Amino acid sequence: MTPDATDRRILNRMQEDLPLTAHPYADVAAELGLTEDDLLARLARMKAARLITRFGPFFDAAAMGGAFCLCAMAVPEAEFDTVLTKVNAHPEVAHNYERTHRLNMWFVLATETPQGIAATADAIEAETGIAVLRFPKLQEFFIGFRVAA
Amino acid sequence: MIDETDRRIIAAMQEGLPLVPAPFARVAADLALPEPELMERIAALKARGVIRRIAAAPNHYKLGLTSNGMTVWDVDDARIADLGARVGALAFVTHCYERPRARPDWPYNLFAMVHGADRDEVEAKRGEIAALLGTACRGHDILYSTRILKKTGLRLKERT
Repeated sequence: MTPDATDRRILNRMQEDLPLTAHPYADVAAELGLTEDDLLARLARMKAARLITRFGPFFDAAAMGGAFCLCAMAVPEAEFDTVLTKVNAHPEVAHNYERTHRLNMWFVLATETPQGIAATADAIEAETGIAVLRFPKLQEFFIGFRVAA
Repeated sequence: MIDETDRRIIAAMQEGLPLVPAPFARVAADLALPEPELMERIAALKARGVIRRIAAAPNHYKLGLTSNGMTVWDVDDARIADLGARVGALAFVTHCYERPRARPDWPYNLFAMVHGADRDEVEAKRGEIAALLGTACRGHDILYSTRILKKTGLRLKERT
């Protein structure tokens, strides 16, 4: 589907926080001059079409006592799918991207404890025989992520 | 730390919030919790930063932002705090972090995500960052994402 102007307004608004009220979609719909039914129908349609990959709370593992870590691997092309299956099988792998570099697989681990990062990365190394480089954040220079739709 | 009820709330919402008129009432019913208690606990989790926000995760590719570049820079450690903040403040940079180098494979310590409709747009933005960093930068690269291999967000393990 191609989002129309109303869909784009909804996408821009829905990247901001949803109000914590009994009828939050009705509140957002009122802000946007839409009906609640229209807003919910458009959200469901955009989710089904994968324009929205997920709608819900964004959790901070670190605030729960856990940790995040960006990791990278140099995976030989011939083994790529096999390694990918092994990496993605770990529920700690929150997202994973193929990138144009010798280090061609980049994923984020999100674990409930700080120790979980090393344990998961070590397990992936043992299962694949490929080094898992670890790039934990030392400083964050910008918080929040918005894409203008 | 979070208690067992918070864990159940997080687990119930990690797939997403239901797209129904009263989504929190639905989650409360699923958890057999009174809705006011659920709302109070969500508010507390937000206040503590465990929940950053309740929002949509857009798919850049489907929005026409098909070029996604992770620009990486080898920046003088003495100037990283100041220069990182300035790169992070650029409107087109969506994430910006200092991360450790992994020599010899990886000399870069500043990571800035840049999105655009095509690679020319991303390259132009990379040029702006290069100009800002000037001689404090000893080398840089750009890694385009060619495929989303997984995107699920945090998953809590089942506790036994």
